[in-house]
Amino acid sequence: MTSAATSMPIGGIIFLAIFIAIFGTGLIFLARAIGGQRKNNSAAKRDVYECGIPGQEKKESKVSVKFYLTAILFILFDIEIIFMYPWAISFRDFISSGMGTPVLISMGVFVAVFIYGLWWEVKSRALEWD
Amino acid sequence: MGQDILEITINSVKLILIFLMMVQAVPILVWLERRGSAFIQNRFGPNRVGPLGLVQLLADAVKFLTKEDFAPDKAVRSLFYAAPVFALIPATLAYAAIPMSTPISIAAFEAFGSTWGPYLFRVQGYEIGVGIVFILGVSSLAAYTILMAGWGSGSKFSLLGALRASAQVISYELALGLSIVGVIMMYGTFNLSEMIQAQQGPFQFSAFGYTIASTVDWIPNWGIFYQPIGFILFFAAAFAESNRLPFDLAEGEAELVAGFHTEYGGFKMLMFFIGEYGHMMIAAGLATTFFFGGYGIPGITAQELQQVIVGWGYADQTANILNAVLHFLMYNVKFAIFLWIFIHVRWTLPRFRYDQLMDLGWKTMLPWALANTILTAIVIYVVAA
Repeated sequence: MTSAATSMPIGGIIFLAIFIAIFGTGLIFLARAIGGQRKNNSAAKRDVYECGIPGQEKKESKVSVKFYLTAILFILFDIEIIFMYPWAISFRDFISSGMGTPVLISMGVFVAVFIYGLWWEVKSRALEWD
Repeated sequence: MGQDILEITINSVKLILIFLMMVQAVPILVWLERRGSAFIQNRFGPNRVGPLGLVQLLADAVKFLTKEDFAPDKAVRSLFYAAPVFALIPATLAYAAIPMSTPISIAAFEAFGSTWGPYLFRVQGYEIGVGIVFILGVSSLAAYTILMAGWGSGSKFSLLGALRASAQVISYELALGLSIVGVIMMYGTFNLSEMIQAQQGPFQFSAFGYTIASTVDWIPNWGIFYQPIGFILFFAAAFAESNRLPFDLAEGEAELVAGFHTEYGGFKMLMFFIGEYGHMMIAAGLATTFFFGGYGIPGITAQELQQVIVGWGYADQTANILNAVLHFLMYNVKFAIFLWIFIHVRWTLPRFRYDQLMDLGWKTMLPWALANTILTAIVIYVVAA
């Protein structure tokens, strides 16, 4: 089991990814070859979907800035969560080596900062969708 | 991937088999979903093509193949065509890292004038030391697929659907990632095989220097008994991650037509489907592994079962393979139960509104996951003291 803890089969992962990419591309070409092209090739057909009226959109559609804010907040919090992983994996080892109390307290400080961040985020209405 | 040509070949075939298994599981799941929804809604569902309508999905695949390949004028064609192919990759890469049965060991043997082996084949695509981190990392690449499809289609419905879907996926990833910190703390490992090892045998744990064990053998030592809150949070977040109802805001038909795959049809659409069902399978496999003992059979450990099979009069080698087959069946039973829960929930609950969805993820599940982490840490600390 010790060798399993560090194994990282890069070769297998790359092999599988390349295999799927080739398989998927092959499927798309196969569907293209079998499906063929219909005679009707009018501009109305080649337009994107719109319900009942001629297409209205431009390429550079405007979207709510809210999504960017969500993405930024996600990155901040995700990094904080990733910091918890190495702590979580070695917490029991720290306890058995007598280091439990300082490690628990230091993580408590980190979690307090995390909770303050979450509280501030909710208070500043960064998560309101209206 | 291995030491010699035989091992490399078998490992490569194994990877391809896992991919094909995922692809062929999708028609079965779609059939189950359609028949199951019909059963729930007191309808018949597909029942004309073949026995119980089982061949329906084969007919659908032929129909998909004969559809005209189409891309709108406004589409960014490279992204539009690449997105469905990339939709397959994250789901499969992550699923291949989940162990599905006990490893099969093959003793050394003579063939073609040289000695081969000994080998240890795992019933999974590849064994990864940091399994959880890898699976979370790879499966979250699906957000890029969604954005590629949405932006590449050049349609406002697709773009809005893609933005919604990716915002939802990344928001619930926080709750998902945090809900398994407690699990990691429990087992002290990132490796999925070691987690399953830790869940073998009857229910027992030590606290304050005493060992508390169940009096009956068949109550297993599963993670769900230690991390019930973690399980609920994980499973709910997994629904959102795989864009399933009640969290399928990405394709809210009433407002967004069909979300990020509005402009897709035929085989490209089918490939998105495979990706979506693939994420469902990852969620089911991970829930099984973290909380329900993986391939472990309740009441008997892998070593004990090996002894029992040897007792039936089989050689060690054959017993090892039979053991792996039995564990593989057990894994699939648990896996299938979770997949059915996915389908059942889809046809039971209505959809959330978008702001409610985000509130649930950020303001409810994230604090609860944090509370679960703190609680687990304190309990482990107090109990071990």
